Amino acid sequence: MVMLAVAFIAFSLFRYVGNPINNMVGQDTSIAEREEIRKQLGLDDPFFVQFGNFVIDAVHGEFGSSYRHRRPVSDLLAERLPATLELSFFSGMIALFIGIPMGIYTALNRKSVLSKIFMTLSLIGVSLPTFLIGILFILFFGVILQWLPTFGRGEVVQVGWWSTGLLTISGWKALIMPAVTLALFQMTLIMRLVRAEMLEVLQTDFIKFARARGLPTRSVHFRHALKNTLVPVITITGLQFGSIIAFAIITESVFQWPGMGLLFIQAIHEVDIPVMAAYLVMIALFFVVINLIVDILYFFVDPRLRVDRAAV
Amino acid sequence: MKNTIARAADSDLWYSFRRSPIVMISAVITLVIVSTSLLAPWVAPHDPFNLVSIDLMDASLPPVWYADLGDSRFLLGTDDQGRDILSTILYGSRISLIIGMASVTFSLILGVALGLVSGYGGPKVDAFIMRIADIQLSFPAILIALLIDGVARSILPRDMHDQVAVYVLIFAIGISGWVQYARTVRGSTMVEKSKEYVQAAQVIGVRPIAILWRHILPNVMGPVLVIGAIHLAIAIITEATLSFLGVGLPPTTPSLGTLIRVGNDYLFSGEWWITIFPGIALVLLALSVNLLGDWLRDTLNPKIQ
Repeated sequence: MVMLAVAFIAFSLFRYVGNPINNMVGQDTSIAEREEIRKQLGLDDPFFVQFGNFVIDAVHGEFGSSYRHRRPVSDLLAERLPATLELSFFSGMIALFIGIPMGIYTALNRKSVLSKIFMTLSLIGVSLPTFLIGILFILFFGVILQWLPTFGRGEVVQVGWWSTGLLTISGWKALIMPAVTLALFQMTLIMRLVRAEMLEVLQTDFIKFARARGLPTRSVHFRHALKNTLVPVITITGLQFGSIIAFAIITESVFQWPGMGLLFIQAIHEVDIPVMAAYLVMIALFFVVINLIVDILYFFVDPRLRVDRAAV
Repeated sequence: MKNTIARAADSDLWYSFRRSPIVMISAVITLVIVSTSLLAPWVAPHDPFNLVSIDLMDASLPPVWYADLGDSRFLLGTDDQGRDILSTILYGSRISLIIGMASVTFSLILGVALGLVSGYGGPKVDAFIMRIADIQLSFPAILIALLIDGVARSILPRDMHDQVAVYVLIFAIGISGWVQYARTVRGSTMVEKSKEYVQAAQVIGVRPIAILWRHILPNVMGPVLVIGAIHLAIAIITEATLSFLGVGLPPTTPSLGTLIRVGNDYLFSGEWWITIFPGIALVLLALSVNLLGDWLRDTLNPKIQ
């Protein structure tokens, strides 16, 4: 449903914005020749036939060729995909593994100085745009201290069709700054969410009862309270992973990281419509898959849902 | 008049305002930025867009406190064309603020209208509008804004695009933010709809539009204004991000984001002030608006979501 809607938008974009023939041929092509190409491309077919063809092609991973690069869009995307996925994956991990403990800590020790510092930092983190964080990082670690490279992926190694930066030292070095930049915003979001949920759960009766039973504090906090905060956290984190890929556009353009986001931005600048359409469909696919995974995860985390479904 | 002031001074809002130093500081910062930038043509030390007043001999001067190179005429230094950074910041935040407020107004009107229709209309209309809202909500706002801007770019010829860039931006950011308003308004409309005063109005034959406008709207506006305050900070940041990515405003009418993007090219040659000062201005503005919005929400405590 969502996929079809997006495919439809992408198709309309493809079909009605600009004249594809003019983009493909030179100035001196005669009108007859233009008509010929028009027929070959099937642009005279009825709207729904064209849309059907577009969807069928899209399912096969065919989006035509880029106006600028003169290469199939699917090749371009496949080339850029590993870079974006590596970046998004690592920043997602950073956000989770730092954000959740920080959230738990600030919820359990609300009065401590450290959690006040965390909360202030998180407020700044929300107000600081991603690209500014990136620029500040470049200024401090790249220009002043010269510890880390400021652009690109470093050396990459080809493993099959997947080009990875994880096998070389320069690749890892190049990954640090973009990944942290991308992670910071999500991290503050996750931290605030975990804190809010944790505080709420700690107020409930079953926690009071667990304390009254004389269970050790550790067990109350981590086995009872934490488990019950996980459901909303998983939902938001899952959805956030999608927005990490979207925010990667910004990070990639700050650090000139050769991923899909950079490709998309360049496509917008140069009005390269096939690339824009393909990127859109791809992102929509990501979002749908992520939503599906989140829904499936619910069943593992929350046993009540399993029982409900079994009863039906 | 006197009565109003006395009531305002006695209210909870004013009380909590005076109790919180952070809120007072951010109110002052917001007020300073808003007033100086709206009055930019009069308070700015230079006019950065008047070519007569720019001198290339003044290019790339560092801020005043670099004793050997700084020039007392340019408090925060100059950029590569000899424009005074402080003045460009003032003009830039003016544009950022105008776009931010206009796009918030736009999504507020759109969202409230759709929310009212959705909440008051039949289940079919409701399902349709909320479906669209759900689909849109599953994509980040920045992506939608980027897309709209990209489409506008491909439809319009280049020189024309630069002229209408402001409106395209307002439209793009506005469209990407309406869902929250619509959801909130829909919820409270449904509550209000079943109340007696609405039923009474229906019985005496008031037209639905009049009911929505005169009776329901005033009762659902409270939370909407709070969302608007928080949304303003988001809209300003979104605009800056789009301009930074080069799909927002052209360098001829720079907003804070455009200034940061232009300055970014000079970061490696050590001229950090061209990009950092607009950055600081942006963060201060966004942070204080954010804090004010949070405070409004906590104090008025309307049920948001």
